[in-house]
Amino acid sequence: MMTSQNKSLLQVRDLTTTFYRNGRALRAVDGISFDVHAGEVLGLVGESGSGKSISLRSIIGLARDYGTVEGNVYWKGEDLLTRTDKQLQCVRGSQISMIFQEPMTSLNPLLTVGLQIEENLKAHTDLDRPARKARAIELLDTVGIPGASSRLRDFPHQFSGGMRQRVMIAIALASCPELLLADEPTTALDVTIQDQILQLLLSLAKNLNMAIVLVTHDLGVVAQTCDRVAVMYAGRLVETGSVRDVLKRPRHPYTLGLLKSVPESVPPRTPLYSVPGTPPALDALPKGCAFAPRCHMVEDICLGNRPPLSEIGEQISSACHFPEVAGEEVSA
Amino acid sequence: MSSLSYLVSRLMQIIPTFLLVMVVIFLLVRMLPGDPAIAMADAKATEAQLELIRQKLGLNEPLVMQFLYFVKNTLSGDMGTSILLKAPVLEVIAERIPVTAFLTLYAVCLSILIAGPLAFVAALNKNGGLDIAIRTGFQIGLSTPVFYIGLLLLTFLAASLGLFPVGGYGATFLQRLHHLILPALTVALYTSAIIMRNLRSAVIEVLDADYVQFARSKGLSRSVILGRHVLRNAMISTVTLLGLSIGALMSGTLVTETVFAVPGLGRLMLEAIFARDYPLIQGLTLTFAVMVSLVFLFTDMVQAWLDPRLRLS
Repeated sequence: MMTSQNKSLLQVRDLTTTFYRNGRALRAVDGISFDVHAGEVLGLVGESGSGKSISLRSIIGLARDYGTVEGNVYWKGEDLLTRTDKQLQCVRGSQISMIFQEPMTSLNPLLTVGLQIEENLKAHTDLDRPARKARAIELLDTVGIPGASSRLRDFPHQFSGGMRQRVMIAIALASCPELLLADEPTTALDVTIQDQILQLLLSLAKNLNMAIVLVTHDLGVVAQTCDRVAVMYAGRLVETGSVRDVLKRPRHPYTLGLLKSVPESVPPRTPLYSVPGTPPALDALPKGCAFAPRCHMVEDICLGNRPPLSEIGEQISSACHFPEVAGEEVSA
Repeated sequence: MSSLSYLVSRLMQIIPTFLLVMVVIFLLVRMLPGDPAIAMADAKATEAQLELIRQKLGLNEPLVMQFLYFVKNTLSGDMGTSILLKAPVLEVIAERIPVTAFLTLYAVCLSILIAGPLAFVAALNKNGGLDIAIRTGFQIGLSTPVFYIGLLLLTFLAASLGLFPVGGYGATFLQRLHHLILPALTVALYTSAIIMRNLRSAVIEVLDADYVQFARSKGLSRSVILGRHVLRNAMISTVTLLGLSIGALMSGTLVTETVFAVPGLGRLMLEAIFARDYPLIQGLTLTFAVMVSLVFLFTDMVQAWLDPRLRLS
């Protein structure tokens, strides 16, 4: 949080996204702040419904059609949230790209893969038709699709799930963005394919010096791929820090819970750990810490007072009243 | 290549459909109450005269034979002689087909022109004032009987204001456009209501689809997103519905053509039914069946053109 502002590519400040259902306001994202530095991979972790995807969509203005988005999202010094859709067109897809969770439904079934790549190039580059085609082939080749030149005329349904995810990456990277928002890009894929896609993303990010915000619910993925991590719970950030620090010694009991649920070097037939309980409904958030009802070390203060996200060490922040004892079990 | 094989397989499906239609037509007409011989002869005809007419029409033959004759004659283009008009059925029908085809096509074009833009406007203003106004308007259109709308249009626009002719069918293309606008509009109001509702919800659904969100995240302009990504996908289900409603629309010409005195197949059908003109009824029913099948075939072709998953699977 405290890094000098000019070093960070994207600065998200107090991002709050509210949806309205039957006259009730539901805060899907509640005042989150984080920075993304050039070329780094930031993991945004949390359970389903914690607001990770909505946060990403809010950043590039895809969520505001469904609710209100407040706060600031600074991109190269300009607040993206104040821009209209039309003004955002030159940022979306060219400077900031996004890939989605479901490769089966995120490509238009009626258009050829070639056209879906080329329309990005047409929107953001001056390339003429043959040049766009050549670039499309190059992109499919880069993301590892065999026989790229013969596949431009194919439709999405002629590709497998993993291949479609590669196509989506090719589309997102077409105009060499500086930031990629990746919304659970591997969740819908087979485990073997997951790893391939992650490795592909990492190597592409490195070659293009592209930053990634990687949304996932899997701390194992974070450990493999990310530089820094931000943990979300019930629409708020509960812990941020470098992956090494956070995984070595979490400062929030929720992070600890997530960490313990990653199956790792356990003997066979050991029941997997899961954080007891379920996340609170957005319209029934507890008054104090949102995690308190599920927390193993809850005290009276947790029920009445919501702990703010505060810095407790170098580049480590936690929203817990007892950050020093929260992660003891791992470090011990 | 695979598009061609799709077309061929689709054409093959039509053959059994037609056979079935011919059986149904044949049986239905024979199950209608009343004796066509009596209808043909005048009231004072003797039993001997009636018998002569029955023999001439082949009504005394066994049913199976009658059916085989019917199939054989139909395939060779002979659908008998109209009892009412005393002319070959094929000739009578061929003369009227262009009128109904023109009216139907006209109505379809009008429905698309009315429903398409309004559906988009309604979907983009979902639950807004404009959306509610459009939906309410069409709801009224849907719940009013076709003939009643026709009579209203006729009374006000044609009879009182004299803007349009009260009936008939012009000679040139432009005259026809002018003559048929009220009947076409009458039919179109109903179809467009159906299309509008379907297209509106399809557009709303597609706007939320992942691929549209992804298209937006690519920084495409609004017109490209709506035209290329939303419209085409939303059209798929609407095209099917449009095809189905053209079928219904053709049977609707019975009423419309009668109300507006348009000399088309619909009005002819009504006259044939009242006169118990068996050959003509059979010929007309078959004609309607052929036209509806062709419309369905065309609808399927449009869908295959829109959706590569149909074409290439």
